[in-house]
Amino acid sequence: MNRELLKKAIEGDELSVSRILTKIEYFSEEGMEYLEELSARAGRAYTIGITGSPGAGKSTLISTLIDHYTKEGLKVGVVMVDPSSPFSKGSFMGNRIRMQDKTMNKNVFIRSLASRGFLGGVSAEAIMLIEALDGLGFDKIILETVGSGQTDTDVVSVVHSILVLAIPGSGDEIQALKAGIMEIGDFYVVNKADKPEAEALYDSIKFAIESGETFWRDGWKPQVVKVSALKGMGIEELTKRLREHEEFVRGGGLFEKRIVERRHKLIELYLRRKLEAVLEETLKENKTTLSEYESKGINLNKAIREVYERFKQRI
Amino acid sequence: MEKRIKVIVAKLGLDGHDRGAKVIARALKDAGMEVVYTGLRQTPEQIVKTAVQEDADVIGISILSGAHLELVPRVVEFMKKYGLNDVGLVVGGVIPPQDIERLKEMGVDEVFLPGSSLKEVVEKVKSVASRKRGIKVES
Ligand SMILES: Nc1nc2c(ncn2[C@@H]2O[C@H](COP(=O)(O)OP(=O)(O)O)[C@@H](O)[C@H]2O)c(=O)[nH]1
Ligand SMILES: [Mg+2]
Repeated sequence: MNRELLKKAIEGDELSVSRILTKIEYFSEEGMEYLEELSARAGRAYTIGITGSPGAGKSTLISTLIDHYTKEGLKVGVVMVDPSSPFSKGSFMGNRIRMQDKTMNKNVFIRSLASRGFLGGVSAEAIMLIEALDGLGFDKIILETVGSGQTDTDVVSVVHSILVLAIPGSGDEIQALKAGIMEIGDFYVVNKADKPEAEALYDSIKFAIESGETFWRDGWKPQVVKVSALKGMGIEELTKRLREHEEFVRGGGLFEKRIVERRHKLIELYLRRKLEAVLEETLKENKTTLSEYESKGINLNKAIREVYERFKQRI
Repeated sequence: MEKRIKVIVAKLGLDGHDRGAKVIARALKDAGMEVVYTGLRQTPEQIVKTAVQEDADVIGISILSGAHLELVPRVVEFMKKYGLNDVGLVVGGVIPPQDIERLKEMGVDEVFLPGSSLKEVVEKVKSVASRKRGIKVES
């Protein structure tokens, strides 16, 4: 570990911060030492997760939240996850477009991450970066998830407050909201409220909440808020409610609890990544074995059990 | 985990559209790179600050306005100021042949003209990443 680099990062030197984040992101030995140091200092930042389907306005909303919080004199860290292609492993990460004008603000640090095979909308890397930014003294950390719908729910175990964005006019929004996502929000944010159809969406979400169709996380009754992230409408109201939620979280002993949950999630995702690697190796190694079974006519059940045994041994 | 090449693709200056830059960004993605796309109208300092925060291996700039001899040196200046001596810089756009050498003397690693094939761009970005950052690239 380079103590000088860590010292500079803690003092706020952006390049040092960034280089450390990369070391952490790649699970390098040096990176894990930084993570150790930084997570020992972490546990102070308030974390906000933003999810919702592509185009819902997550990045645009983050941009307005950055404005709001930096005006309060706070330091804001942003981590945004975009999908990696399962084929090329490459990623096109366009979230920054909506907030590039914030790049010059010295109290803002924005980082894009590719999901690298994680399917829950949040990656192990993203959690590690949140942990590191927390340890580096950021006051608010905002996470943008991939936004892949039903499976995009890992954010639940990662942040203090969750905003689920929904937009009018896409027709399937209620469908999407009902399928799993409706169970995770502390807030359902109807974005693009500059469009008249927003009213109907607002009403139907309100109705869903009132009729008990949504999940109350740790006893918090979910709220629905209308905003236009693009025009800045409703942001004061949203941030006021967020502050109330923060008070609820801090007052109810949930602040630390969620940090513990986030660390558990990190371990879980780390194990999943390792498991997947073993799985792939096992499958590769047993390709020939499996085709041998086929040609010799040995039954499939036996093949499955034998490969499973080898899988277990590898672990 | 093996390091993936991270590239910033940015439109420098006031050009009106970004179709070409997006095509390049997609090609780099399809070649397995992690591409951060910043969109239109970026200032030299914005691009460099983005590369700092993202810890990019290569900065890719698209410029069609003809102002490359004014704007690219400013990018190089800011890269020095922010300590990005080990980061690659490639420039693509409508650039007269006689300017190519000048850009390279300023510190640009590669220059792509409208006729460059996507394959060539990908290969050269890979080799810049490997030269500047020591990233192993499979060929
Ligand atoms: N009309 C309108 N458009 C918006 C609003 N918020 C975001 N958008 C637009 O919606 C598109 C997608 O926004 P983006 O923030 O990238 O969505 P994300 O994919 O969820 O991050 C962009 O063209 C935004 O300008 C809004 O409040 N009103
Ligand atoms: Mg986005």
